[in-house]
Amino acid sequence: MAMHLWRRAWNVLRQTPGGPVSGAVTRAQAAVSSTQNPPSVTAAASASRSFAGDAKIAYETPAFKGHKTDVPTTKVETSGKELMGFFRTMFLMRRMEIAADAMYKQKFVRGFCHLYDGQEAVCVGMEAALNEKDCIITSYRDHCTHVGRGGTVYEVFAELMGRKDGCSLGKGGSMHMYNKKGGFFGGNGIVGAQTALGAGLAFAQKYLKVEGVTMAMYGDGAANQGQLFEAMNISALWDLPVIYVCENNHYGMGTAEWRSAKSPCYYKRGDYIPGMQVDGMDCMAVKQAVKFAKAYALKKGPFVLEFDTYRYHGHSMSDPGSTYRTRDEIKAIREGRDCIEKIRRIILKHKVATEKELKEIEKGAKKEVEDALAKAKNAPLPDPPELFTNIFVKSCGALVRLSPIACKRTLYIKIVIHDWLYRCFWSMDMNALEYFILVSLSLAFLYFAEVVVLNCSRMELIARR
Amino acid sequence: MAMAAAPTLPIYHGLRAAAPAKQPAPAKLTAHSHCRLALPLRARASSSSSRPLRHVAANAVATKEAVSTSSSTQGGHELLMFEALREGLGEEMERDPNVCVIGEDVGDYGGSYKVTKGFTEKFGSWRVLDTPIAENSFTGMAIGAAMTGLRPVVEGMNMGFLLLAYNQIANNCGMLHYTSGGQFTIPIVIRGPGGVGRQLGAEHSQRLESYFQSVPGLQMVACSTPYNAKGLMKAAIRCENPVILYEHVLLYNLKERIPDEEYTCCLEEAEMVRPGSDITILTYSRMRYHVTQAAKTLVDRGYDPEIIDIRSLKPFDMYTIGESIKKTHRVLIVEECMRTGGIGASLRSAIMETFWDELDGPIGCLSSQDVPTPYSGPLEELTVVQPPQIVAAVENLCGKK
Repeated sequence: MAMHLWRRAWNVLRQTPGGPVSGAVTRAQAAVSSTQNPPSVTAAASASRSFAGDAKIAYETPAFKGHKTDVPTTKVETSGKELMGFFRTMFLMRRMEIAADAMYKQKFVRGFCHLYDGQEAVCVGMEAALNEKDCIITSYRDHCTHVGRGGTVYEVFAELMGRKDGCSLGKGGSMHMYNKKGGFFGGNGIVGAQTALGAGLAFAQKYLKVEGVTMAMYGDGAANQGQLFEAMNISALWDLPVIYVCENNHYGMGTAEWRSAKSPCYYKRGDYIPGMQVDGMDCMAVKQAVKFAKAYALKKGPFVLEFDTYRYHGHSMSDPGSTYRTRDEIKAIREGRDCIEKIRRIILKHKVATEKELKEIEKGAKKEVEDALAKAKNAPLPDPPELFTNIFVKSCGALVRLSPIACKRTLYIKIVIHDWLYRCFWSMDMNALEYFILVSLSLAFLYFAEVVVLNCSRMELIARR
Repeated sequence: MAMAAAPTLPIYHGLRAAAPAKQPAPAKLTAHSHCRLALPLRARASSSSSRPLRHVAANAVATKEAVSTSSSTQGGHELLMFEALREGLGEEMERDPNVCVIGEDVGDYGGSYKVTKGFTEKFGSWRVLDTPIAENSFTGMAIGAAMTGLRPVVEGMNMGFLLLAYNQIANNCGMLHYTSGGQFTIPIVIRGPGGVGRQLGAEHSQRLESYFQSVPGLQMVACSTPYNAKGLMKAAIRCENPVILYEHVLLYNLKERIPDEEYTCCLEEAEMVRPGSDITILTYSRMRYHVTQAAKTLVDRGYDPEIIDIRSLKPFDMYTIGESIKKTHRVLIVEECMRTGGIGASLRSAIMETFWDELDGPIGCLSSQDVPTPYSGPLEELTVVQPPQIVAAVENLCGKK
């Protein structure tokens, strides 16, 4: 016990600033009015520059295209602090995804691994316009969205490697990351199923009168799913505060959008639901669009956003990503439209920070990712009894029974003990009161013994027959 | 607990206790509903499992009219099964404002089987939601809402239509609690009529219990009387796990007297319909009535069948079933599911695994034929198990008397 406390204290002391609190940093940064500087930025802000200040920086986003709606202005205002926050978070996410790539190739991560690098601007820009009352639900490409909603890089790595410290205790994997506290509802494996769930989240928000919206995210591949149209229909009928976010990275697995969709204008697919197309590689454009959509959704009902974005990796790690598109195309986007480079150029142009300071931040982020990776590689695997936990909730109103084998065992133990006690007491000479006390004590003992045995045996009937 | 005078083993096991034939007290609501600890206290378990044996003294041969173990001659009120479901649902909606009903025609129309009649006027159209015909998405919506803490009750107009929502039920409803590492619970109830009706055709006579039984994380219960319909409905709504409540199209007009007091039924418990000694007949839903009808013939011929309505299709109440098998040593399962991959198939293998030493012979299983349910009347009758077949099967297993 003392050793345990000592170890915990030692870990706290050894914690580097901007370590496991990166999720909180992201949220704090993303909040429009944040009062405190996050530790990493403060650490790098040795020189007194304007980036720590709130000096307004004017910026013009790429144009928005609207469908049955006005569009917001492209002239936005940002601050040095916000830009630095975007830069750091996006860079952290990029490093995380690259590390996941390496881990997969080293077989630390198995199964399916869908990487988000290239699309970071979408989730980071979104977070800047949302708060804790809003919910996000997305598809299987969820590592960065999880971090954006308050998860830590360590949690993500541990989950990818199937360790106990993962965000889903190692039982979900790459496609099933959830963060209840942060309002992140996954992480769904089946394409398009999350749109119906998202409509349900928005329904609950309206039912419980929570002033929040739900971002139901899906891709260009899922845009052709029938259940999306069903969900859109119901949300429009009931005026639910849901924003359908289509992350159009132009390829649904290996099929380009022109081969799978008769109408590639996904923002118009809502028909009677207004929509907007946005350049998803520009953080500020994403933030502006989400702000606009949120205001609409809270007052009127569903809205569709289409973010024109791009993924550098293939659909998943088993897809090289070059059989259905050219390397030149990937290179062109990386050089011309990359979201991190765009922010870097703005930062340098407005002298928010120097090259050296940005390099420091990059180094800090890389170190954070490396530390998290090393820690996750040493994290413990789940114990075998974990196989049967969290299948059912121990419910009230319904008794949970043990399997017959355990029943027999505890029953047998009880019979033997009680029989022995009874025989002992029967032959003893005692008055009624003593007898009563002894009987009550033995009953109490059996009661608690049963409780202990039942809880120690960890056999949930539901896992057996 | 009875303390014997002589130094013999005291009887404290509920099923062997000579329980007096008193009126069954409905399960104390406070004990069940506020019990956050799932400690299956043997004392409580035995007292609740003694509930099925209320009939020990009463010599009840269950008939279609008075089949419930709860029939009380004084007090209570008589109603039909769909009214009992309505009562249960209405009471839960009053008790908890987070309970809402989602389905087709549940609101203004009052429900296609009148289960939600009058609810829109009482609770408003935001708690009784009429959906478009989109099972996949409205089931998904209900699951999404349940993730945040609402307790939706999804009504499938016919259980067969929920096949369209199979992905949502199997992947999201059943598995979210597990894949999120326990973060989200899905306290949803999915209910609807299923089973073979009167010439409804193949697509409207589906028995979905066989399709959903292997989804981990789901609880399945089948109601068969107004008493257990109301009790199971209430328990299912209060349960934190996703529960599928299977009703039967032909049982909606069953009449019975149920207690006035509030009560719930345990979701994982089986119901003793008729105690006996020769053979254990396990059944559920509508087949219970075919079995009790066959029991009349069997009793005339000198057999003493023990009839158990298993009620809980997932998980099975192996405790009650096991106690019965230890008494009779012969088992017959009568179900309405298809033969291949049905509830009977799983139950058979579970019994064989656990109670092999107790069995005197093979476990009999009577199920529906592996055919799409035909429209024509006589053919439809042939698909489903009929009482003469049950009588013949019992005679086969027990030997002629």
